[in-house]
Amino acid sequence: MTQPNAFSQFPDVAGRFGEFGGRYVAETLMPNILALEEAYARYKDDPDFVAEFDLFSRDFVGRPSPLYFAERLTEEFGGADIWFKRDELNHTGAHKINNCLGQVLLAKRMGKTRIIAETGAGQHGVATATVAARFGIPCEVFMGATDVERQAPNVFRMKLLGAKVHAVTSGRGTLKDAMNEALRDWVTYPDETFYVIGTVAGPHPYPMMVRDFQSVIGREAREQMLERTGKLPDVAVACIGGGSNAMGLFHPFLEDESVRLVGVEAAGKGLDGPDHAASLNGGKPGILHGNKTYLLQDEDGQITEGHSISAGLDYPGIGPEHAFLHDMGRAEYRSATDAEALEMFQLCSKLEGIIPALEPAHALARVRDLAIELGKGGTILMNMCGRGDKDVFSVAKALGVEL
Amino acid sequence: MTRLTPTFDRLKSQGKAGFVAYVMAGDPDAGTTLEALKGLADAGADVIELGVPFTDPMADGPTIQRAAIRALDGGMTMKGVLELVRQFRQTHADTPIVLMGYANPFHAFGYAEAAAAMAEAGADGLICVDIPPEEDTELRGALESHGLSFVRLAAPTTSDDRLPQVVNHASGFVYYVSTTGVTGAKSGQTADIETAVARVRKASGLPVAVGFGVKTAERAAEIARVADAVVVGSAIVDALDKDGVEAAVSLCGELANATHTAREHK
Repeated sequence: MTQPNAFSQFPDVAGRFGEFGGRYVAETLMPNILALEEAYARYKDDPDFVAEFDLFSRDFVGRPSPLYFAERLTEEFGGADIWFKRDELNHTGAHKINNCLGQVLLAKRMGKTRIIAETGAGQHGVATATVAARFGIPCEVFMGATDVERQAPNVFRMKLLGAKVHAVTSGRGTLKDAMNEALRDWVTYPDETFYVIGTVAGPHPYPMMVRDFQSVIGREAREQMLERTGKLPDVAVACIGGGSNAMGLFHPFLEDESVRLVGVEAAGKGLDGPDHAASLNGGKPGILHGNKTYLLQDEDGQITEGHSISAGLDYPGIGPEHAFLHDMGRAEYRSATDAEALEMFQLCSKLEGIIPALEPAHALARVRDLAIELGKGGTILMNMCGRGDKDVFSVAKALGVEL
Repeated sequence: MTRLTPTFDRLKSQGKAGFVAYVMAGDPDAGTTLEALKGLADAGADVIELGVPFTDPMADGPTIQRAAIRALDGGMTMKGVLELVRQFRQTHADTPIVLMGYANPFHAFGYAEAAAAMAEAGADGLICVDIPPEEDTELRGALESHGLSFVRLAAPTTSDDRLPQVVNHASGFVYYVSTTGVTGAKSGQTADIETAVARVRKASGLPVAVGFGVKTAERAAEIARVADAVVVGSAIVDALDKDGVEAAVSLCGELANATHTAREHK
């Protein structure tokens, strides 16, 4: 069978997770990608870098985030014990900032004088602008024009934090177009710019680097579970758009064979139609944004638009490491629809006093199944990766409530 | 051997730089593109780059992005692109055609199948923007086994250390991206381009075509004095979109003439 450590040893030197990952970028960017890889290799275990990351994680982000026993949901579902890793309590309200902190600290060491980022709903944009503000580095955020309109509060937050927001009208003006535009900007100003990618996708070393910065989630949670329950959880669950919170949760458990890993994709209006964002359950392998992975695409290799009620899951690709874990069978990937997420959003608010973001509300829908499947005595660890304040308007709209 | 080598040999013996014209397949429909391909070749284009539309052209500026969307909205597909090449070949046996695009449509078609179909249709090579040497084994192998050229891109950011790796398996010609930036952006300084062309030519032993940001006859002539070929894309695509095939062909004629005669007026 598999070697111990086998799954956690990826990527290989070429940035590959099995057949996925790699560095599919234009030649103009290639030298930048290689320089980033070298800088990351140099600093990631550097004691000063690690100390600064830890210090700001504690004092600025608010880590470690608590582990919380969701007693009333456990009772409601009537099966396994449900535990939340509370990453929604982080500064800026989601797990995103863990990665932004790591990348901005690296940018500082590389002498970069300009930070750029892409954002969909604005969470990663706000987190990047927040950290860039703290370190005094000018920040520009690329955001689809339709999202700029829909997410006015986040646009204003970024501006308050001193960032410049570019409304992207190219393509169809969505998250993937924002990422295209950020890549174009990076191609144009390669020397001074550091591109803070918000998820475990993009060319190597991004999928590895973002995963490493987010792995603080899984490391803390693993320790906290052992401390609180005396054992590892039976299942670790997280929602997946690009997959950074899930990869951060999963990675420290990859070598624990007893721990099942379950990722939950956005099934939108259902996997049988085109309106979903489930790259693994409804897409096929291809090449986009610098890496080979599962993508939503048509017969001719054209990328199609994802749909989800949660803008944070609405990306037509998925991190290459998830594609690998899926094909290897180390992790299971399920999905939840818009309707299920809405139901869980309300249920969790009422029973736990925690308004979850729509993203982890997807995960919760499958936590319900798993709780019943495992039965009493089982334990489930779910990453509550973001809080739902940002979603109250779209949820109200979906429920037909006038605010 | 593709049509590229004899074309560049001829240009060299004539002491001229070549003119490479780019057009997006299916912008806004296949009929227009076929007419444009024939017109560009007849107006003096020595090589034609035929764009394969992709939803996410991350190295292209707004002009080519919009052309790709028009083409996709018009229903262009990989099969449609190959059919255009086949039809062009019925009237133009000698003008080389190089497809230019992004990896995913070729990956979805299958690299081996795409290479076989390209050879069968009469294409000469491929420029694949997001396949750097690090990732080229599979696609390059497929192209080579059908005698097609794999045209490489080199950039101002490509260091001397890296250049040999970039041009190692290149064939036909090398496309030098004259500036950091996207297609249609401002082009680089002529003196820098001259130095870079010499560097790339030496490393590759191949003709060097220079593109990105060339829009006028004057600029084409400047580049023609220092490079083996001049590539114009966005300006032609723009003329075609705004004023139709005739305008695009007439611009091509002007640019080709400026390129071909540049060294006489040096």
